[in-house]
Amino acid sequence: MSDTVTLTIDDHEITVPAGTTVLEAAAQLGVEVPVICYHDATTSNGLCRVCVVDVNNGRLLQAACVTACANGSKVETRNERVERSRRTILEMLNSAVDLQHAPAIQTLMSDYDADPARFPDAERREHALLDDNPFYVRDYSQCVLCWRCVQVCAEDAQYTFALTFDGRGFDTHIATAFDIPMPESPCVFCGQCVGVCPTGALKPKIQWGMEQGLTPDEIRQSTRRSRHRREEAEDG
Amino acid sequence: MDSLAEILAPYQGRQRDALLPVLWDMQTAFGHIGPDAVRQISHTLHVPEADIYGVISFYSLFSAAPTTETVIRVCTDPVCGLAGADEVVHRLCHRLNIQHDETTSDGKYAVSHTTCLGLCDHAPAALISQRGHEEIAVAPVSPESDLLELQITPPYQSIVRGDILLRGVDGRHVESLTDYGNYRALHHAITTLGPEGVIGEVEKSGLIGRGGAAFPTASKWKMTRQAAGQPKYVVCNADESEPGTFKDRVLMEARPHLILEGVALCAFAIGATKAYLFVRGEYPESTWRLQRAIDEATHAGLLGENIFGSDFSLDIEIRRGGGAYICGEETALFEAIEGDRGFPRIKPPYPTTHGLFQRPTVVNNVETLSTIPGIVEHGGDWFKQWGTEKSTGPKLVSVSGHVHRPGVYEIIPGMTLRQLLEDFCGGVVGNLQTVLMGGAAGTFLTPDQLEVRLTFEDLRAIRSTFGSGAIMVFNETADLPDILRRLGRFFKHESCGKCFPCQLGTQRQMEILERAAAPLAGDRERLHDIGLTMTESSLCGLGQTAASAVLSALEKWPDLFAVKGQPV
Ligand SMILES: Cc1cc2nc3c(=O)[nH]c(=O)nc-3n(C[C@H](O)[C@H](O)[C@H](O)COP(=O)(O)O)c2cc1C
Ligand code: SF4
Ligand code: SF4
Ligand code: FES
Ligand code: FES
Repeated sequence: MSDTVTLTIDDHEITVPAGTTVLEAAAQLGVEVPVICYHDATTSNGLCRVCVVDVNNGRLLQAACVTACANGSKVETRNERVERSRRTILEMLNSAVDLQHAPAIQTLMSDYDADPARFPDAERREHALLDDNPFYVRDYSQCVLCWRCVQVCAEDAQYTFALTFDGRGFDTHIATAFDIPMPESPCVFCGQCVGVCPTGALKPKIQWGMEQGLTPDEIRQSTRRSRHRREEAEDG
Repeated sequence: MDSLAEILAPYQGRQRDALLPVLWDMQTAFGHIGPDAVRQISHTLHVPEADIYGVISFYSLFSAAPTTETVIRVCTDPVCGLAGADEVVHRLCHRLNIQHDETTSDGKYAVSHTTCLGLCDHAPAALISQRGHEEIAVAPVSPESDLLELQITPPYQSIVRGDILLRGVDGRHVESLTDYGNYRALHHAITTLGPEGVIGEVEKSGLIGRGGAAFPTASKWKMTRQAAGQPKYVVCNADESEPGTFKDRVLMEARPHLILEGVALCAFAIGATKAYLFVRGEYPESTWRLQRAIDEATHAGLLGENIFGSDFSLDIEIRRGGGAYICGEETALFEAIEGDRGFPRIKPPYPTTHGLFQRPTVVNNVETLSTIPGIVEHGGDWFKQWGTEKSTGPKLVSVSGHVHRPGVYEIIPGMTLRQLLEDFCGGVVGNLQTVLMGGAAGTFLTPDQLEVRLTFEDLRAIRSTFGSGAIMVFNETADLPDILRRLGRFFKHESCGKCFPCQLGTQRQMEILERAAAPLAGDRERLHDIGLTMTESSLCGLGQTAASAVLSALEKWPDLFAVKGQPV
């Protein structure tokens, strides 16, 4: 096996080291492929599929973020099939999740002509806001299930293992074991999860408070209250 | 009742791959797996508590919250739906004075629904979990059946017909080791053929895998044999959960030694010394019959250390699934055995190089492995005497629904669908409306397509599929939107949730199918877009086929989902 592969992406020929993903190769050509779940700091799991591209007009589209470039292949990053998939995924996502604090996804919605009202009478993933610690709040109604928070809490960074998935399919949501409050979980409040969250699902408490129109003093008050709760939990 | 400590004692020193068996022990003993249990399992197996909780919440047969003493799950998938499953649920709830998914006030009973139990030939079917006991599968259950009197389990007896794989099978009795014989093919392989010789015969036979993906068996074995890395594994995929499919159940209940010898031959051929049988949790009968057969064969020196005095040894272990269709997908199955949620992996890499525990692994379907002893004993040409050039050997199909004799049939590829239904199954009851070919992930066929020859190639030519070998027959009394609704619920229930197209698409598809009687303008287009998006962009085979039946229905019946007064 040679160390480089040559392929065409949208009619541009490019030679890259073997193992390069289609997403990386496209970026080298200045071709932008949209992503939602992809993040430099986390393992790619090919979840969101908005990065799908057409490789050799195959029966299946391929997720660019996890597909290695193959010698001689012909990649189209945006054709009718690709657009339908991206648009439909965005429309379905918008019908299930509160995306108002996810500007990057909003931009994709307009790039792909996604109709925000495409799915009438659709069940949304509603969750009560969780405000159980002094550092951040969790609003899983805004969670797109990109897995980043679970990954950084586990093997991708922190090895803390406070977070997991609860349920299956559409009803999946991020949770602690038995839904215990964060302070009772192994969480060390490193904040990595908040840092990688692409939506408003995980937010620093200060930012959340300001958005709620609270004064810094009021936020401090409420933070103190949760800290107090946390200490009680630790003592108990 | 055993205490937590007693249950955990045999697992001391074990690791994460023991999680599924531990969870089963706990679930059976306590009816749920609560915080104390999770904490202690975490200490014993060194698995984070959050991960254990995540695993429990993934599988339908496990519960993190306390459950009733008895949980009755009635199958409401298409064939059982047709046979009155809703009425069974309704009457049962009425007698217990509860609503669906509720609990009786004494905490004794709960009634809920389940996906296909592989008893479609005796529809409607139910699964009963009783604290402290193994699961019991019951079929048929009529609205009058006394499901609360568990002592009297009506033994189901499947109709079976076939002389090769199904030789001597009566649908009730299990073949003993004495009747089966002393693993002659394995003896021949070890003493004469050698591993390459075995693979050579399998190659000559032209055997195509029976699990649904239609992959040539010999090339899988060859690649795994050649792959670097030790140890290597054989996994027998007995997760049979595709609605309408029960042929593997009949094989496991009737001929466990045939399957075990097939597994042993595969292990010998690829150089593995450990094999797993992954049996779905809803098949208690298959599980214990296989376990008894393993014990029998080990006792007789046909499995275990130094088989036939050679240096070939093989340990076969059964793993019970926790209730998740997705775990039939080969990489999700590995995750399940490894003690994780059954999320499919991205391929490549493929199992032949990075399978179970990231080692080279052959995964084969139960039926595929059952053909191996014959192929090795009599040669690949023996197998090829049946069928067509591209679809060799006998093939099992599960036929259910509106036929006079639903059951498991061994067909010779090349016979037509009409011959199967008329000559084998006693004909269609009433007037045929449609056949759902290949399972929930299959396609609808119409009466004008009955002349199709049942081969991989002929079915592909009409854009249909053998799939898992499920053939569900519906006459004119069946309500097509109702069938579609049940299919929609099945996929929504079974999507693992990993990738967006399927996680969201199965939900949105179900919602539209639910309102089939009064569709909204644009529902056909919505189904079309959802369907093609799932098909082309999903991560694994579940999402890639979750719209297959729906898309074929849209094509066959242009009026479906048409809004009155609007052009379609
Ligand atoms: C959602 C899904 C469910 C599956 N379920 C099963 C199953 O229950 N049994 C099975 O043998 N194969 C099943 N398969 C196919 C397996 O992934 C795999 O291809 C098969 O076990 C290989 O065996 P074979 O080559 O003998 O056919 C399933 C695939 C998918 C995508
Ligand atoms: S909470 Fe944020 S980071 Fe975590 S899965 Fe949801 S969207 Fe992703
Ligand atoms: S296609 Fe469905 S079952 Fe497969 S990975 Fe995606 S969500 Fe899971
Ligand atoms: S960015 Fe590739 S699948 Fe999400
Ligand atoms: S057992 Fe109910 S449909 Fe198969």
